[in-house]
Amino acid sequence: MTDAMTDATRLHAHEMAAQLRAGEVSARELATAHLDRAERENAGLNAWLSIDRTRALAEADAADARLGAARAAGPTAVTAEHPLLGIPVALKDLISVAGGQCTAGSRILEGYVAPYDAHIVERLRAVGAVSLGKTNMDEFAMGSSNEHSAYGPVSNPWDLDTVPGGSSGGSAVAVAAYHAPLSIGTDTGGSIRQPAALCGIVGMKPTYGRVSRYGIVAFASSLDQVGPFGRDVRDAAALLHAIAGRDDRDSTSAPVPVPGGLLSLPNSDDEAAAGLRGKRLGLPREYFVQGMDPDVAYRIRESVETLEAAGAIVDEVSLPHTEYGLATYYIVAPAEASANLARYDGVRFGRSVRLAGGDFIADYLATRGEGFGAEVKRRIMLGTYALSAGYYDAYYLKAQKVRTLIKRDFDDLFMAGFDALVAPTSPSVAFRFGAKLADPVQMYLSDACTLPVNMAGLPGLSVPCGLSEGMPVGLQFIGPAWSEDRLFRLGRAFEGLTATADWRRVEPRDLARAAQPGPTPAERMARLAGSAAH
Amino acid sequence: MPGLSRDDVAHVAHLARLGLTPDELDRLEGQLNHILEQYAILTRLDTEHIPPTAQTIELENILRDDVVTPSLPVEAVLSNAPARDGDFIVVPPILAGG
Repeated sequence: MTDAMTDATRLHAHEMAAQLRAGEVSARELATAHLDRAERENAGLNAWLSIDRTRALAEADAADARLGAARAAGPTAVTAEHPLLGIPVALKDLISVAGGQCTAGSRILEGYVAPYDAHIVERLRAVGAVSLGKTNMDEFAMGSSNEHSAYGPVSNPWDLDTVPGGSSGGSAVAVAAYHAPLSIGTDTGGSIRQPAALCGIVGMKPTYGRVSRYGIVAFASSLDQVGPFGRDVRDAAALLHAIAGRDDRDSTSAPVPVPGGLLSLPNSDDEAAAGLRGKRLGLPREYFVQGMDPDVAYRIRESVETLEAAGAIVDEVSLPHTEYGLATYYIVAPAEASANLARYDGVRFGRSVRLAGGDFIADYLATRGEGFGAEVKRRIMLGTYALSAGYYDAYYLKAQKVRTLIKRDFDDLFMAGFDALVAPTSPSVAFRFGAKLADPVQMYLSDACTLPVNMAGLPGLSVPCGLSEGMPVGLQFIGPAWSEDRLFRLGRAFEGLTATADWRRVEPRDLARAAQPGPTPAERMARLAGSAAH
Repeated sequence: MPGLSRDDVAHVAHLARLGLTPDELDRLEGQLNHILEQYAILTRLDTEHIPPTAQTIELENILRDDVVTPSLPVEAVLSNAPARDGDFIVVPPILAGG
């Protein structure tokens, strides 16, 4: 057998769950295998900001004890446990874990220790998942390349000279590089789906309100959602199942039942594919945006033909206000961010500069001037300007009205009977470090196909759909509010249809190099981008 | 929509309580104006009779019972404070002559 066949980190979470239940592997063995790999490769990838072996092994031992007790009590007790029991998970470093760091990728939270667990961390503990550590990210989740982390960029395991996407770049790479079968990200304008696409894995942004944000660092409160990454659709669905649901401590979390179907997606590829028959899918023509990589567009059209051949009815449709999405998003999100980030004042927690002279305004200016990076400052400036006296109506109010039009575009299609929309996730494959740093507008265009979904509060799923010149391409399914189960079934169907495709067997081509001595991602970025890019 | 002068950029930075270096102000003047130019596209749309959307899932009036529940211990709350005096956070004076 090859190393890959005996290596537990190559398994999907549902395969690990089956082996755990059968007593063929222990949670401690799984945790150790993943921790070893993560520690060995982190110099080359920089996906992790902290790896907590002690905590992870303690949680793994607790999971093993729980599994042992369940096995002793009989098969019913074993099946009553959540499939995530004993499964390693990586958490984006803006999720509070009591007693641990929570930097949000920023210098301003360096040294901060979270005093309590986020709601989703409580949920993961309750089902017995094993948290390995915290992953790298763009500062305060602002970015599409992970180049805006205060703790250095992350390399994409498909090509170490390219970005993994962002802002949840570390969480995407942890899963793509087999450091964990599952991870958590957040998505405000594409920050789960775009890195999932660029790293060749599955990522979902749930409906606004599906997952509680209690204990998670806020970026733009009318857009932020928490969601799962996995290497297949069933794994990602099981992780959403574990974290979703109403929480009284986040009044925007909705009292909507979590579908149990998330745990019973078809195991059979044929059964999954059969579910496509008669499904009505819309292909929004505006999502083939100007400047899109033609080969990415080709992969998407090829995937759509695959869906049609399996019995889906696909019609080209229009979301006429798509072209206004970018401008609308880049008013609304910075405006909300400028308000949310006002709390970083150096008084109660976080980085603090106290100058001699006792001028508190000067202290604020120094604390925030030193603590925030270039992209965060840019967004705070945009947001402050858009909300300032005399400009509120022209920018923020106007954007909130256009947001209504964007949302109506989607509502009209779902009212007309479309089950879901199918679209590109990102207009390009992973790009080289520095390629978009000099021009923020070019960087912002990376999210042109994902951010309208956040503006409308809808769920979106990205699944791998092939390779373009050896780099992964993502296919996006977008559905009406609360249709996550339907989207996962569509994604699972596509997975079943393409289960034997050649590209499914291609592993990230720079995985082996990531474990060898070589330049760090920061050194690669410095070489490619130069120091003037910021 | 009007462009931002360097003085405007400095004014907004002060409103946002961001201490910026002269280099940062120079760079932001160009970048912010470039981004603001992209916003101009919105003026093409007539939105006079369109209501604004601030929240997408139409939750309203979520009420709960007003019950006393345990809060975080004082020590946990204050453990991240940059400057402490017992159970108090030390802050700079905000009133002149204090």
